[in-house]
Amino acid sequence: MTQALSLRIAAMTGNRVVAEAMRQVNPDLVAAYPITPQTEAVEYFAQMVADGRVLTEFIPVESEHSSMSACIGAAVSGARAMTTTSSQGLALMWEMLYIASSLRLPIVMYVGNRALNSPLNIHCDHTDSMGARDAGWIQIYSEDCQELYHNIIMAVPIAERALLPVMICADGFTLTHTMERVELLPDEVVRQFVGEGDLHTFPYPLLDLDHPVMLGPNALPDYLTEHRYSLHVAVEAAPEIVRQVEEEFAALTGRTYGSLEAYRLEDADYGAVVLGSSVTNLKAAVDSLREEGFKVGVLKLRLFRPFPAQEVAQALAPLKGVAVFDRADSMDGAGGPLYKDICTALFDLPRRPFLHDFIYSLGGRDLFVEDATRALERIRALVEKREGRQAVSEYLQVRE
Amino acid sequence: MAVKKRPVVGVSELLQRPAPLAQGHRMCSGCSLPIVVNLALRSADTPVVVASPTGCLEITTSVYPHSAWNVPWFHSAFENAASTISGIEGAYKALVRKGKLPQEQRIKFVVIGGDGGTYDIGIQALSGAAERGHDFVYICTNNEGYQNTGNQRSGATTFAGQATTSPVGKVHRGKEQKRKNLTFIMAAHEIPYAAQATPFHFRDFIAKMRKALSVEGPAFLNVYQPCVSGWRFEADQAFEMCQLAVQTCLWPLYAVEDGRRWRITHKPAKKKPLEEWVKPQGRLRHLLRSENRDLLEELQRQVDEEWEFLLRMERATSDGA
Amino acid sequence: MKLMTWREMPIATAVPWPGCSRQLITGTWRSQRPVLDPEKCTHCLLCWLFCPDLCIPLSGEERLETDLNYCKGCGICAAECPYDAITMRPEAEFTASHLEEVLQ
Repeated sequence: MTQALSLRIAAMTGNRVVAEAMRQVNPDLVAAYPITPQTEAVEYFAQMVADGRVLTEFIPVESEHSSMSACIGAAVSGARAMTTTSSQGLALMWEMLYIASSLRLPIVMYVGNRALNSPLNIHCDHTDSMGARDAGWIQIYSEDCQELYHNIIMAVPIAERALLPVMICADGFTLTHTMERVELLPDEVVRQFVGEGDLHTFPYPLLDLDHPVMLGPNALPDYLTEHRYSLHVAVEAAPEIVRQVEEEFAALTGRTYGSLEAYRLEDADYGAVVLGSSVTNLKAAVDSLREEGFKVGVLKLRLFRPFPAQEVAQALAPLKGVAVFDRADSMDGAGGPLYKDICTALFDLPRRPFLHDFIYSLGGRDLFVEDATRALERIRALVEKREGRQAVSEYLQVRE
Repeated sequence: MAVKKRPVVGVSELLQRPAPLAQGHRMCSGCSLPIVVNLALRSADTPVVVASPTGCLEITTSVYPHSAWNVPWFHSAFENAASTISGIEGAYKALVRKGKLPQEQRIKFVVIGGDGGTYDIGIQALSGAAERGHDFVYICTNNEGYQNTGNQRSGATTFAGQATTSPVGKVHRGKEQKRKNLTFIMAAHEIPYAAQATPFHFRDFIAKMRKALSVEGPAFLNVYQPCVSGWRFEADQAFEMCQLAVQTCLWPLYAVEDGRRWRITHKPAKKKPLEEWVKPQGRLRHLLRSENRDLLEELQRQVDEEWEFLLRMERATSDGA
Repeated sequence: MKLMTWREMPIATAVPWPGCSRQLITGTWRSQRPVLDPEKCTHCLLCWLFCPDLCIPLSGEERLETDLNYCKGCGICAAECPYDAITMRPEAEFTASHLEEVLQ
């Protein structure tokens, strides 16, 4: 039963709201490095540290590889660690991401999605977080700043129960720098929800001197498979933990989240699938097309890793055609990363919708509602064979 | 034959401390590294938590599921021992501040890593940790190359040193660059304490380790660690190599406090020619050939110049006494 | 040594058994072994200090016989002994290898 919460209404950007959530969590350690577009989150948090509003040990490290390394050192010691990054920073810590998950560390990281070089582009696309999708992290995408705030808070118990690191993604500039009306939970409510954190949340803390432990060994062919299988099992168990935490959050706040959210898909003939803030544009496109009698809907995907294949298949199966919106190109001649996961989810269905992939909004190019409606109309034209295609994937917005 | 039966000076105290390493580790027969580890960690008055980068020590003590460590020990990757220990030390401070760990429980944080993971790939993390002033001791065990992968050259390999990636061939004759002076670099960070040691000169080493543990903030010990397999000397010669390195001034024993006070802690009674250090090493055999005389002379010149520099720094920064 | 199943393995690569490397009998590596002359030994313990494999057990402040389970035969103890109390002998000179018993 939802208690009457005294919410604080504020106008905050994504970066500001992340810092606020981090303040309320009050982690033991934050090690972070500047990179656009998430730097402000670190700056706001650093001010909170300077003002003594948190008890966090703040380490302004000299690179992102060091921020993840320091967080791993802290988490393996039994401390609650958080960090933030984007783009090149996430790419730089790539080897450490695999280590964070294989060491089963409940690290929470905010990623302000940004394109990867070259050329350097500080604006949004999902190439950075997509590059990390095989690292064993739980990945959740945010539609707006309110959701981002809630995601950071939920990430803490998700990480600590699954004993897996969690990446909360938010579109660069669109969310990181755009001010929204947000409802903030009272400090005590957040504190109660995330708990204080315990030295033994991680079961083999280095700083428990009564139980000296060795972590991060080297393993030979006789053992590596078993280590990986152990992680595999943990990843398979994660979606249920995410669902449980979301359920508890809903009971506390009245706000319900799930792995995905279907918008006007129940009676739709065609639909779109998308991650991140562009969901809002697609909902507007759907509303506009519905007025013209075109029965469309959109599937918003929140949980991207582990991939909720069954739920996705269930939601999309009845459709004639699905337009996948990929904000990254895998550069492999076979479509974007989301497209491939949707294919996997639909592959075993006795009857599959027609699938087409649109690479969109790379490097921060805005997705106008007209672009979205054009894509949905194209998928109908492809199914009704009024148009043909060269490949399974096309760029929605390239100047040719 | 009436010889007194007692341990040499400095050993009795060590006997009281538990061994940080266990038997059954896989270090080479005749490796000097275990002595470095045991001397260093037995010098501690408090419990220690140790982190290592990838390298000989890590590989030989942690082949899953066997651990040769009797103290808490962690390894994650190659270039990040110093940033890892920053996180461990930071976590400790935070947990004490929040009351999740008792204040009275003092723990010291120590990195033990090779020159590969310290001079080269690990230097950024080490520099960052030193600049931020974390309270830790970084022990670099210097065996002049990437020995765990079979003697590739590192920034610590001496001029003319033969390694698999700086081999002696028809056109090039071993490493063509001087070794990096990481102890100078760490002194330039003006950390409370930076020093060089060898495991043979164990009283000097223990004193330096105790000093390193006692300072608040970063301390750096560059410890010479002769390598049987990489340098190709006899299995029983590791400590003879330590002595030769010090007697030829190839590895001076000195300490720098706050980057300002330079003190040589051992001056050889009679400085030996560098050739004495070269002779036992198979990897440097090329330097004994007449056509490579110029290389040996250049290396001797570099060693002499650095030694002279250290003598001048000691004089220049002494208290005028 | 029986290999663990994934269920038997502690999660997170943890090895919560300090010093369990003692299960690895590295004494099988050697091709020579140290022989101590107790008449010459002054228990200076330099051999204890310099032994890479912690093979010199102690009783109080006196050394006992080398632990042959782990001795790799490097010869450092013999080389560093100031009293020539230790000599290295080829392993072949020792007929009954007690290691055979240990390995059983």
